Amino acid sequence: MPSHVVNVVVAGLGGQGAIKASDILADVAFRAGLDVKKAEVHGMSQRGGSVTSDVRFGPHVESPMIAPGEADFLVVLAPSEVEVTRPLLKAGGVLIPPDLVDEKALPNRKSLNVALLGALSRHLDLPEALWLEAVKAALPPQLHAVNEKAFQLGRDAAVRTK
Amino acid sequence: MERRLVSGDEAVAAAAFDGGVHLGTGYPGTPSTEILENFSRLGGRAQWAPNEKVALEVGLGAAYGGARALVTMKHVGVNVAADPLFTAAYTGVSGSLVVVSADDPGMASSQNEQDNRHYAVAAGLPMLEPSDSQEAYDLALVAFELSERFKLPVILRMTTRVCHGKSIVQRRAAVTAKAPAFERDIAGRVMIPAYARPAHRKLRAKLAELQAFAEATPLNVRVDADRKLGIVTAGVTARHAREAVPGASFLELKTVYPLPLEKIRAFAGSVERCLVVEEGDPFLADLLRAAGIAVESKPEPFRFGELDVARVRRIVTGDTSPEPVLPKGKPPMLCEACPYHPVYGALRKHDCIVAGDIGCYTLGVLPPYQGMDTCVAMGASLGVGLGLRHVLPEKDAKRVVSIIGDSTFIHTGVNGLIEMAYNPPATGHVLIVLDNGTTAMTGQQEHPGTGRTLEHEQTGKVSIEGLGRAVGLKNVDVVDPVADPGGFEKLLVDRLSRPELSMIVARRPCILAAADIRKYEKAIADQCGACAGPADA
Repeated sequence: MPSHVVNVVVAGLGGQGAIKASDILADVAFRAGLDVKKAEVHGMSQRGGSVTSDVRFGPHVESPMIAPGEADFLVVLAPSEVEVTRPLLKAGGVLIPPDLVDEKALPNRKSLNVALLGALSRHLDLPEALWLEAVKAALPPQLHAVNEKAFQLGRDAAVRTK
Repeated sequence: MERRLVSGDEAVAAAAFDGGVHLGTGYPGTPSTEILENFSRLGGRAQWAPNEKVALEVGLGAAYGGARALVTMKHVGVNVAADPLFTAAYTGVSGSLVVVSADDPGMASSQNEQDNRHYAVAAGLPMLEPSDSQEAYDLALVAFELSERFKLPVILRMTTRVCHGKSIVQRRAAVTAKAPAFERDIAGRVMIPAYARPAHRKLRAKLAELQAFAEATPLNVRVDADRKLGIVTAGVTARHAREAVPGASFLELKTVYPLPLEKIRAFAGSVERCLVVEEGDPFLADLLRAAGIAVESKPEPFRFGELDVARVRRIVTGDTSPEPVLPKGKPPMLCEACPYHPVYGALRKHDCIVAGDIGCYTLGVLPPYQGMDTCVAMGASLGVGLGLRHVLPEKDAKRVVSIIGDSTFIHTGVNGLIEMAYNPPATGHVLIVLDNGTTAMTGQQEHPGTGRTLEHEQTGKVSIEGLGRAVGLKNVDVVDPVADPGGFEKLLVDRLSRPELSMIVARRPCILAAADIRKYEKAIADQCGACAGPADA
């Protein structure tokens, strides 16, 4: 379990599931018994524009927002958003880009968000079982198998690139 | 009760449910919309009003009747509701009334970043402000209790990061509120001058009592640490500030108005440097200075936009050097399959002067169409379009069109429609109502024009074209701009050429909402079939 606050920004375009991914991540940390805060902007972003969501967890979290240059991890779902959001990452922070996972290998393109969470999970000290629980809790039953597979693909991809 | 990770909006909904609220009403507006939706989901009685003024009046009536009522709106919605709000402070309530003002510093999804804390002072109403979801839950419950105790509406002020941010909430056991009952109080409720004059004095007496409450309540948290720096703060900014300067002394305010001035005075006197850290206007700093409390306020650049930990650090060190500018992401756009593309295409082709309005169709202002010349406030497209028609030279006046969405038209466009009929410009006028059958921008809420309630059940349906005919417009047409874009364009050109009053309803369901709308309509049709037999023989 992390002993300090971990900052993760999830970025993408409206409709890609960036907010869903950040919800799942926040839920994993919550299930692990950590304090969690999360902040994002909805509204206009529903119309295909850039979306970022901040997730922070640790023993105690004050602010829900991650200031630019202070993200430990940056998970990006859209190629066009990588350079736009890179300044959010701190020096030495970890970028998890959309092409980390082979999109053709995904059982469903919509599950890229969960696949990238799989990759992120390799870097975080949170039990794998909680990730799977949170993924299931966030999605309807008919999507569970597809997303479990996507999560594993991401986990495997992260090992290869580490 | 179990602990859950929820948004501030969900937390307020839970507080309303656990606090036994009898009726929740409001008008959708980011970032407040999810409060009523979640209150309904929990089993509360929630409904959308045509606009915030009506919502507040319904809530006020419920609270006159002894009920607990919740009214929600975004910051600019309070402008619409301000008329009843100010006098509701005089009449007070019998039950309790909590008005949520959801402000949008940084304008994530709004036309301005007005700081609604000023409303508390201007109207003379108590205001509480939470900094996270747990406080949103706790303070919403406190707000209902205070409203009941002081017989006054209470404003719960939230901001985008509190509304949409998520943090852990522990709920309490639900209570049952007192049953509504009517008690006649003519002098207290009928604000003719003779009754309003003593009512104003009574309000000021209540505010003095509320100030005593604010001085004593443990809701305002004082943390004595480093004497060199003391920070007075409120709302989500308190969370940024505690993180930015963890060693400082703090006074975290939850009662934004009336302020615990003596508590703050004592705190300020106990530290070498007392700094007010607040988002938006220097509201607290100005009030404290007016009360003779020597505090330092933030530099002017921090009036604009949201604060975060990094910006609070700058405020503390007085760093006004240029802030890093992040690369711009992709702006939101009209959906690729939005039914309004042909409308904007025609407006551009014929070089119309477009008085626009508020909704996702406002995005028509962006390239390629740049199809909007003004956008100010909900419903303003009508008045602004008419004003332009009245004064422009004839050749330009004839190009002016007002364009407004269905929900916005019902909200306050109807008032402008009446003006159009009453003071017609010499060149006539063309009003286009973009009717996509939903309040699309805020996440597809129902409105009176859809004929379905907040819960998507059947109710009275207001006809948009019927309103046009009722006020006596000469030409009222309904067209599907996607099925017949040529027909739409031809009609537009014809109407622009006539010195007459014309309404064109461009009707086609929102591409994002269409499947859900079909589902709701089928459910209603099935239900009608089940209870009443075949509706039509």
